[in-house]
Amino acid sequence: MAALLQHAGYEEERLLRVAQQMPCREVQAGMLLSLMGQPQQYSYPSIFIYGHRASGKSHVMHVLLKELELPHATVSCVECVSVALLFEQVLLSFFGCDAASLLPRSPSLSDFVRIYRQQCSQSPAKQTRYIVMEKAELLRDTDANLLPALLRLQELVEDNVTIILLSEIVWDKFRPNTGCFEPLLLHFPDYSKGELQQILSQDRHPSYTAEFYSSYINILLGVFYSVCRDLRELRHLAALNFSKFCEPLAEGKVKETDTHKLWRNIEPHLKKAMQTVYLREVSSLQWEQMQQMEEKESGALRGLSAHTHVELPYYSKFLLIAAYLASYNPARTDKRFFLKVDRFNFTPKNLLNHLLGPKPFPLDRLLAIFYSVVDNRVAPTASIFSQISSLVTLQLLTQVSHDDQLDAPKYKCAVSMDFICAISRTVNFDIVKYLYDFL
Amino acid sequence: MTTTSVSKGCFVFKPSAKKKKKTLSLDNSEIRFKLCQDLWHKIRADTEVLQDELNRKILDSLLDFTRKCSSTRQHSDWASQMRASEIPTAALVLGVNVPDHDMTFQSLSELLQQSVTPHVASVQAKECGALKHLMKRVLERLMDTVVTVDDEEEEETEQTSTQLHKSVHCSLSTLCDWYNAKTMKSKTGTPGKKRSSPVRDDPQQPPVVIIFKDLEAFNPKVLQDFILICSRYVERLPLMFIFGIATSPSTIQHMLPHSVSSLLCIELFQSLSCTQHLATVIDKLILTPQFPFKLNGKVMQVLMSIFLYHDFSVRNFIKGVQLALLEHFHSQPLSVLCCKKKEALLNVMQLSHHDLESIRHLLSFRRYVEKQEPQEQLNLFRDDTHLKEVCQKLIKDLRKYHKNYYPVLRCLHTLTSSLPRYPLGKQVRELHLICLEKNVWENEDYQTAMKLLKMLAKDELIASLQRCVEILQPVKSKKMKKALVELEELLTLLEMNESRRAKKLSPFEVLRNEALEFIDGLVKSHLSPPESQTLNEVCYYSSSATVRRHLNATPRTSIQAALSSPYYYLQSLKTEDGTVSNAAPDICIAYKLHLECGRLINLYDWLEAYATVVSAAEGNNPDSDNVRKVEEVKHARFIQAVSELEFLGFIKSTKQKTDHVARLTWGGC
Repeated sequence: MAALLQHAGYEEERLLRVAQQMPCREVQAGMLLSLMGQPQQYSYPSIFIYGHRASGKSHVMHVLLKELELPHATVSCVECVSVALLFEQVLLSFFGCDAASLLPRSPSLSDFVRIYRQQCSQSPAKQTRYIVMEKAELLRDTDANLLPALLRLQELVEDNVTIILLSEIVWDKFRPNTGCFEPLLLHFPDYSKGELQQILSQDRHPSYTAEFYSSYINILLGVFYSVCRDLRELRHLAALNFSKFCEPLAEGKVKETDTHKLWRNIEPHLKKAMQTVYLREVSSLQWEQMQQMEEKESGALRGLSAHTHVELPYYSKFLLIAAYLASYNPARTDKRFFLKVDRFNFTPKNLLNHLLGPKPFPLDRLLAIFYSVVDNRVAPTASIFSQISSLVTLQLLTQVSHDDQLDAPKYKCAVSMDFICAISRTVNFDIVKYLYDFL
Repeated sequence: MTTTSVSKGCFVFKPSAKKKKKTLSLDNSEIRFKLCQDLWHKIRADTEVLQDELNRKILDSLLDFTRKCSSTRQHSDWASQMRASEIPTAALVLGVNVPDHDMTFQSLSELLQQSVTPHVASVQAKECGALKHLMKRVLERLMDTVVTVDDEEEEETEQTSTQLHKSVHCSLSTLCDWYNAKTMKSKTGTPGKKRSSPVRDDPQQPPVVIIFKDLEAFNPKVLQDFILICSRYVERLPLMFIFGIATSPSTIQHMLPHSVSSLLCIELFQSLSCTQHLATVIDKLILTPQFPFKLNGKVMQVLMSIFLYHDFSVRNFIKGVQLALLEHFHSQPLSVLCCKKKEALLNVMQLSHHDLESIRHLLSFRRYVEKQEPQEQLNLFRDDTHLKEVCQKLIKDLRKYHKNYYPVLRCLHTLTSSLPRYPLGKQVRELHLICLEKNVWENEDYQTAMKLLKMLAKDELIASLQRCVEILQPVKSKKMKKALVELEELLTLLEMNESRRAKKLSPFEVLRNEALEFIDGLVKSHLSPPESQTLNEVCYYSSSATVRRHLNATPRTSIQAALSSPYYYLQSLKTEDGTVSNAAPDICIAYKLHLECGRLINLYDWLEAYATVVSAAEGNNPDSDNVRKVEEVKHARFIQAVSELEFLGFIKSTKQKTDHVARLTWGGC
């Protein structure tokens, strides 16, 4: 296995240690190593690594750079709310705090390059320096010149530096219109079932044998592999359900080798986990508590999406109903629904408006519908208007127009059909009668 | 007296020196102010205690959760290591009454700081529009709270805060370094210097709690990114989130995609619903003889309807009570008697002749006088000292009435609240409202409730009577003690007798009827509406219109009132017949004139009419030559008035006809 990882520039022993830490990624690591060359050699300016979530991109990079003790800076692009942070972190890890503090307020790219060159003339690179950028897809949203500049940073700063971009998206989606230096592309394929089995089996419980844990992983993958191939999720699920798996063992009912009985015990349990924990309906902590509880009691614990009921003040309910009607009925049908005389006859098109989603409506239309659906006379008080804005903060309505537009603001209704039906039931309002789509 | 302000509001007029000598009751207002203040402080203190008690359960469980989370972090067993990367998160569902949340969060963060961790930061959506703002707020709050807690470290943190002003350093790694320095220090610090409370179970690694007060209002993208960043640091920094949710927990799933929510370990905490909360507040604040100040039926109704129909906010309800309290003590000179018994009796003796005269004018007092002998009537009207004595007696009577009213109300409620279809309401406040309005026993629903009670089975009847006994037990008044004894006797008799089905009334049925008649008797003697009580005006605040006007403002109506009758606000414009004088502000004249038009208004005609009215006001002869030509100043004033009307939403420009504007309201003058 370690035979794949052989390189002139590094000690055998270290490479072996590296190989042990990244099972099933030897090919990619070997490729990377040969791209990187020996420490003192110049490396390719930029490498682009892509692959799905939890396919070991960051892990491989981290282990390689750390175990081989190469100078590097790891930056997560989510964290860099401004480019300043990015520059600062790079300078900090290469040249220390002093260099980072040289950056002016809101630095530009050229400031960064200038300081980098200045610093690197004082302490030139003896080994290739690596900048690893995680979640590189976010670079596309920053200044247009940042990505092209980073790709040829080696040239700009005249230093032995290599940029490694890690992303879940293919390079084609990155390429700027103006063109840029093409990085070397490296793909990390998804783990196969066998590989997952191998990796997951590594974090075994200390008090059980490796075979036993491996058989557990086998059962787990049997249930979950069809819906989830994310290593992180599977690891999480494995950790959560292991205690249940061991239960018959602790009670002394079965032996470790009796896989079939163990399977019979855990299988319904895993199926249940698929509906709850996997969807994060129930948190891991609650899941553990549930396992300790009796079967009957555990039914009482409901998932997050079971709590959809919202209590609202009486008029807020009607305002929401009015908003829903305004969003899903065409404005020209208002006369038909809310005038006493039935003068218009339309042929409704089935569910068309509901398929199109909510449409924006102006405030006065909302109020006009509100006053005609609410059963008693309501004074147009300040409270009514403030309720509209509280509905907006509760995200039940969304304001479409800009905040600054005081004159005739526009809104959209952001609740589902089920929700509004539940609300109208509590105030005895038959909303379906008023919906154009359901005539 | 007049003011020059256009806005509606309270104006303070300092009494002139002359008046000071005349009015003897000047000190009276000071007493009233003091009484009002005392009462309000007591009410506020009581409600705060009440709120704390109500929140205690959920806050305690939250505190437990934070403690548990921070302790499992240190555990090194296999399972907790495997999910160490999750950020523990408490989803706190608080209901839609957003104004009330502040208090809950306040006490939550105080409790957390006292017993779990000094590192608590709460953020609101409106101050975190972008990720960097959120980041900055969190860092500032976390590091600043420490400044206030530990004085000796002020210098050091000041440096960091000056660094913070350069938003360059605004990253979580700064926070990590700070946290490490902090915990290292507390490890090595001498125990004398340490301020950590003994309750804290692990002073070395207290969690860092971030409270998101209004989750719904946060920008989902900002929140997602923030959680992603935090999860990178969770190994180094024991982070914890608390989400304040107003609607339902499913919002979390709407806001956060699976890739983000899988980084959290969410636990749900549901707080008391606001209606329950209000019921407790009413129970402890309104339905008690403890506070001499009372609200009459209509005011209660206004406050209740604002709560149920508009905001669900208990805080606003209490504010409403406060307003009523202030108004009562401000507007009713006799409210000087609205206090504790001893004080009230003392204050009766201090009443001036003027005050006594106003007592004589009270409606309830006049009714009382009519029932007296002619000689007594004369005495009451002539003799001030006699009246004072009578007043003392009446005040005592009123107190007794209250002492008996509330227990009997609760008894009746326990009996009727279990009946099918709740003829007298589900909540005790509904029954209270019925009783405030008129004699409850004349109510049809009361009759049906009594009929239904007569059909109750033995065990049910006994159970509810048992509860009545429990209610009456702690009451100290004589009449209630007597009633308690009688009720207990009836109860024992009822328990002894079997209920049998027979043509003739069984002894049980006889007793049951007797018991219910007894209850009926109690109701008739103690639940008469307060309006029937003499001197009720002293304690009861009755101006529901004022409360409604202040709490449930109607801007539209106010604007219209100001435009059509400006003398309502500007008393200098008062005319005898109530019409708008032509000296009214320009906009009022323009408004008045526009009411006479149809849907479209010709601007030139409008201008002409306006000019005529204004020149008449200036005393010019409308026929003279220079008036015929509209002056430039008048023209400008007219244009300004028109654009003000447009701004207020009465007219808008239209393309249907040149030189015309469209009216947006209906109706003429």
